[in-house]
Amino acid sequence: MAKRLDIKDLNLFYGKFHAVENVSLAVPPKNVTAFIGPSGCGKSTVLRSLNRMHEVAPGARVEGKVLLDGEDIYASTVDPVEVRRTIGMVFQRPNPFPTMSIRDNVVAGLRLAGVKDKKKLDEVAERSLRGANLWNEVKDRLDKPGGGLSGGQQQRLCIARAIAVQPDVLLMDEPCSALDPISTLAIEDLITELKKEYTIVIVTHNMQQAARVSDQTAFFNLLGVGQPGQLIEVDDTEKIFSNPGQKATEDYISGRFG
Amino acid sequence: MSTNLADPTRLATPPTFQAVSLSRRIKNGFATALVWGAFLIAIIPLVWVLYTVVQRGFPVILDGDWWQKSLSGLLARQQGGGAYHAIYGTLVQGLVCGVISVPIGIMIAIYLVEYGGRSKLAKATTFMVDILTGVPSIVAALFIYTVWITYAGMGRSAFAVSIALVLLMVPVVVRTTEEMLKIVPDELREASYALGIPKWKTIVKIVIPTALSGILTGIMLALARVMGETAPVLVLAAYAPFINYNLFSGPMASLPLMMVNERNNPTQAGFERLWGAAITLVLIITLFNLLATVISRVLAPKTK
Ligand SMILES: Nc1ncnc2c1ncn2[C@@H]1O[C@H](COP(=O)(O)OP(=O)(O)OP(=O)(O)O)[C@@H](O)[C@H]1O
Ligand SMILES: [Mg+2]
Repeated sequence: MAKRLDIKDLNLFYGKFHAVENVSLAVPPKNVTAFIGPSGCGKSTVLRSLNRMHEVAPGARVEGKVLLDGEDIYASTVDPVEVRRTIGMVFQRPNPFPTMSIRDNVVAGLRLAGVKDKKKLDEVAERSLRGANLWNEVKDRLDKPGGGLSGGQQQRLCIARAIAVQPDVLLMDEPCSALDPISTLAIEDLITELKKEYTIVIVTHNMQQAARVSDQTAFFNLLGVGQPGQLIEVDDTEKIFSNPGQKATEDYISGRFG
Repeated sequence: MSTNLADPTRLATPPTFQAVSLSRRIKNGFATALVWGAFLIAIIPLVWVLYTVVQRGFPVILDGDWWQKSLSGLLARQQGGGAYHAIYGTLVQGLVCGVISVPIGIMIAIYLVEYGGRSKLAKATTFMVDILTGVPSIVAALFIYTVWITYAGMGRSAFAVSIALVLLMVPVVVRTTEEMLKIVPDELREASYALGIPKWKTIVKIVIPTALSGILTGIMLALARVMGETAPVLVLAAYAPFINYNLFSGPMASLPLMMVNERNNPTQAGFERLWGAAITLVLIITLFNLLATVISRVLAPKTK
């Protein structure tokens, strides 16, 4: 049920601070879009605005539109809770619920939404853990706490938890930045796998990662301290990495940039 | 050894590292002495108190009657009887106070941490809680006396004691719950929101369970403290040497009240009851503190 996202003239604020300026961008369905750019340029901010997590921060404000298959998620009639159920998110640091077992972590979204059927929950747990390439490692310890897993396993647990509610879009904010190269590869393989069913947006600082997993890449930049971040260009990943349209993109990718 | 250069233990330049200087050793010794002195000053009265209470009270509470009987029908100088009536009073007054204070305290804390933010109401509430924390128990007791007994015309009763204790317990519960909710990382809240879980459910099912062991520990400690309070029982409940199960009327004993009462009894029997009640109160409070530790161990989020 992957859906497309269209971002139109998005401006994002934290109180008076204008964090991101005039972003317009189309994210096709069943496709991986990578956000790259220097630290502080607003990648996380844009990503969080795509499932209405931006407004959780005190004083945060959004102007512009984000359309999910043509429907504005910021329309006044839309319940942000519904938006977040449809557009899932995986965070930079793995954050399993510490009081819950591995199984309960995976099905937390369903259980707290009122699903009680134990058989269904067990099925979803297994399907999601298999989907996140974690099933074989944890199938004998599903009742053990999620906090007892390694960092890489915890991150895959969080991915399983996010796909258990069957979102249409999956947002990932530097999902591999706390992981070793092997876990990173496991997650990259997983992203390629998930692409068959989900629309994915991933923020990464790792150029090779962006090149490996994404279909299109969006480069964000910051003109100066205190200035809003901007979307410099967005194009097919191959094009961005071989023949970018902007000088700034080329400088950043080739490392000639602060 | 013909040449120094070949010997790595001989240094060409003066050594980079030197022994600890004399002035630092003196300061270190001085600080160590101070810390030990403070430790002893703190520990001596504690041991002394415990020794006195145990030595005088312990023989009294070994008698099975102590835990099962009241002092009903006994003369002041007659030995025997027990403290059941006072133990019952202390526990039930504490319990009623807890049943009222805990929901109020937890809900105030949830408001302050999860909803209040920097709003005026939140600031005002925090300020009130601060003030309430500093209110001496005698003031709380007299306040309840004025409102409940003088104005509302109710009699002195165990329930009046419980509401005075509520005034003392609520701020403690608010404070500990607030601290515990604050240390629940925002990442967990965000993880929950990102699954499409509404805020109130996130609080009830994710935030509170994560903080639960700390919250319960705080509640146990607050209860233990409140049960030793003397001023409210002195002002708001009359002493009864017999068992009174009625919360709302009639005199009801409690351990602090029994001690105050038996202090005026100059006989050997009075002496025994005084110290028996003292050690019983210490034991009950210790039990609650232990319970707090056990709860926090059992409920703390595990990784294994
Ligand atoms: N909660 C917040 N309140 C106020 N300002 C914020 C908040 N979060 C981020 N900002 C500011 O918004 C700007 C963009 O931050 P953002 O986290 O989106 O950057 P980023 O591109 O994700 O950086 P990084 O690569 O380091 O994660 C920064 O200047 C940051 O200081
Ligand atoms: Mg970021």
